[in-house]
This record gives sequence, structure tokens and C-alpha cells, in this order.
Amino acid sequence: MSAPLVEIRDLRVDFPGPSGWVPAVRGVSLGMGREKLGIVGESGSGKSVTGRALMRLLPPQARIRAAALRFDGTDIAAATPRTMRGLRGARIGLILQDPKFSLNPVMTAGAQIAEAWAAHRQGSAGEARDAAFALLEQVLIRDPRRVYGAYPHELSGGMGQRVMIAMMLAPQPDLLIADEPTSALDATVQAEILRLIDRLVSDRGMGLMLISHDLPLVSRFCDRVAVMYAGRVLEELPARALHRASHPYTRGLLDCLPRLDTPRARLPVLARDPAWRA
Amino acid sequence: MIGVDGLDIRFGRVHAVQQVSFAVAAGESFGLVGESGSGKSTVLRALAGLIEGWGGAMSLQGRALGRRRDRSFFRSVQMVFQDPYGSLHPGQTVDRILAEPLAIHGLAEPEARIRRALEEVSLAAAIRFRYPHQLSGGQRQRVAIARALIADPAVLLLDEPTSALDVSVQAEVLNLLAELRAARQLTCILVSHNLAVVAHLCGRLAVMQGGRIVETLATEALRAGQASHPHTAGLIALSRDLEP
Repeated sequence: MSAPLVEIRDLRVDFPGPSGWVPAVRGVSLGMGREKLGIVGESGSGKSVTGRALMRLLPPQARIRAAALRFDGTDIAAATPRTMRGLRGARIGLILQDPKFSLNPVMTAGAQIAEAWAAHRQGSAGEARDAAFALLEQVLIRDPRRVYGAYPHELSGGMGQRVMIAMMLAPQPDLLIADEPTSALDATVQAEILRLIDRLVSDRGMGLMLISHDLPLVSRFCDRVAVMYAGRVLEELPARALHRASHPYTRGLLDCLPRLDTPRARLPVLARDPAWRA
Repeated sequence: MIGVDGLDIRFGRVHAVQQVSFAVAAGESFGLVGESGSGKSTVLRALAGLIEGWGGAMSLQGRALGRRRDRSFFRSVQMVFQDPYGSLHPGQTVDRILAEPLAIHGLAEPEARIRRALEEVSLAAAIRFRYPHQLSGGQRQRVAIARALIADPAVLLLDEPTSALDVSVQAEVLNLLAELRAARQLTCILVSHNLAVVAHLCGRLAVMQGGRIVETLATEALRAGQASHPHTAGLIALSRDLEP
């Protein structure tokens, strides 16, 4: 196997607080190749900050320290703003939770995809338009002509997220970071979008970092899962072995879900062990 | 307790709710399940009096509900919304938020009631003088539940009450709702897209699609997979697929 696509060693991210630095990520080490890695955790676990650090998209006041923070051999921590601009979008794509907020509300969906394409490839306006149509077809939009000319508010949540995916695929990146890509969607659409991401990533041989709070959902679509808590990775395991998770936090997360097959009078509540923060 | 008969709602050209009928007995918990756009939240909002212009009939405790609701209606029917970030006044302390319904309904001993309400939802007394942005999502949803219950309603309308919460917090809030419902013998209608959550809290549920109820069934039947409509069967299969 060649050099890993992503290498994170002892990543630490702090934010300034009223009384000193507040740690958000406390020594995370993760490596991934062209595979599907799930990062799971609750709000405040540091999962999104880890993903953002890799694209250096954190606010300027954040303090980032790492023994290694590399993408395909490039040292992210030391890269110039110009190098970072060359990576973002072109080589690392980012899909966010809510297409309502991440799409430009005053531009048609098609124009946004064409713009994303043209920003990274040399080509005429006509070529960009043709590329946008082709991309809309690839994200399985049945009526690309209508969606091309539609504004974001005219699209459903699932449709909007497909447009986001098409935009991110336009420059043909090597890694896709999807941060809660389906949390704003309902169960059926959620499954459709994840299946779509799964297929596109596999077909193109890309790496996928799927960041989510939904442990069962992530394990369904990833090869490996890293469980984060209070800024650390508590446990890393193959997605198939989720039911054999050994950490009490992972077990607790699985156990506190209401289940369709077995009724329970009370749901077990997670008892947080202070030792997990250590 | 609650009757909905042939409810019909249009927003412009969109026929959002079409001939929806169901009845909920006193003390019962009834679920409305469906995808976004299925009309489930619209039904709940119409019941709560938040939508103008609907057709059909709705009743509470045998009395027909009109276009306008009086104060006694809001005393007996309360609602908890999905997003505790959006449903609490950002410029008011928890104390002020909880005092508001007491003032509206002219209830005596606000001091003791607020203290009891916070206790009931297991919030520390210290939270009383904080603002919503100083609380976690779970704490905020507890405040929203406390506000809904402080005037002793008989009916609680819940619109995706745990969808914005982490699963561990969801478990705590679901347990709290189950306890409060049993202790106060509340009649509940729960709207959710999560089949497992609805099955956990409700004895019976209706599945909605495209503004219509396609199937009404008991939770046991749902758990046993005895769905007669393909949409219900699809939702069950999806929910099963994701169970660890």
C-alpha cells in the first residue's frame, strides 16, 4: 500500500476561553487511505473540529498543534495559504449538514455546480454547463434540466444535498469529508443520500471521512469507525465488529437507542465515567 | 379526548393535509409518523390552533374546536417543539420563561410552581436564572417541557421533541416524557420521523404520506412487522436495517 491519504498524529486544537485555552481536540491520531472512515461522537466530542483542522478551516483564533497533520504527503500545518487553496475543493471536498445554508440562495443549482467545475478546471462556459448536467445525472437527479435552473429554496432537502454532492465531485477530489451530511433529512432520504455517496466514493476510488453522531448509520456505510469523546478517540474498530465494541461509552451509545424489535419500559441512560475524559 | 375528522389543509396550491381522521382516548399516546412533507407536523399545528384556514372538524373533550381558541384551550393543550434553540426566548431567563404561562393563566403561587416544575424535569434550581444560550440542548428541551407542563395541561403535543438531541440525551428526555405522562396521566400526540422513538412512547400510531394517513396500527403490530401498506413496510425495513 502507498503512503496514507490522511495522517493525523497527536492533533490538539484549543479555542481561547474567558479563563485560558479550552481544549476541543486532545491528542487525536488517525490514519486513512482510500477507504471509508466514520468518525462518531456526540456534540462537543471534537469530531467536526478534527475534520476542519484537516482542511485548515478553523477560525484564526484556534490554536492547532500536531506531531503530524498530512494530506497525501502535504504538511497541512505548514502549508501556505496558496497551497491550502489548491487543496480545498480540488483535492478535499467538504459536504455540510444543511444544504439550505451551504448553497448560495441567489444562484441556481446548475450555475453553482458549473462555477465549482470552472473554478478548478480550464474550460468554456458551455463546457462547464455540460459538466454540470453530467454531474446532476451522476447524483441521480431524474430531471436535471429542471434542477439546473432551480434556486435552492425550490429544492427539497434531499435534492439540495444531491446538488451539494455534485458540486463537491466537480473538481474530482481524492478525499470527501462529509460532516453530518444527512442529519437534516428523514430516514428514507438519509439512506438514499448515503448510498449515493457510498457508490460515488467507491466508483471513483476516493477516501471518505463520514462525521456523524449516528453510530448505527455510520457503521452501516463505513469500513472503519472511530468513536470520539471529549476530544479523544476512545475506540477504533471495524464497522462490522460494532456489536463487539468493548468501550463502555460505545456500548452505552448503542444501548440507549429505542429499538423497534424489543420494547423497553425505560431506556438505559449513559453513565459518564470521568475516567473517559482523562 | 381528541377527535380529528376529515381534516383538510391547503397552503396555496399545495394540498398539505387531505381528509385526515383519527381519535385519541384520554391518557393515550398516539404517534404520527411520516417523512418531511407528509403533513404530520401540519396536523399537529392545526390541532394546537397555529394554522388558520382548515376544513373538516376537530374536537377536544367532546367540544368542537373553532377557528379561534380561547384561553382555556391553551390551558389544557400545550406543545413542545423540535428545536429548543428556537422555541425559547433568547432574551429571557428560565425563570421569566416559566413565569409567563403562570401570568397568562392567572395561576397562584408562581414561586412554588416554578420550583416544582424545575424539579419535575430534573433541572437544578441554579438553572432558574440562566439564559437559554447558557444551557445545553438537553437542558433547554427540559425547560421547554417544564414550560409546557407548568399550567397543568391535559394534552401534550410533541413535535419531534428529541430529533435535535444527541442519542444519550434523547434517551434521558424520552424517559422523562414517559415518567411525566404516567404521573400526570397526560394524553399525548407525538410527531416523529423516527419509528423506534414513536414505538417507544406510543401505543398506537398513524403513518402519513403525501398528506394522507395511509395506515393506522397498534405498536405491537408495528413491532411484529404486520404492516398492510407498502410505505409502512418500507419504513419498518429501513428502521430494522439500521438497528445495531
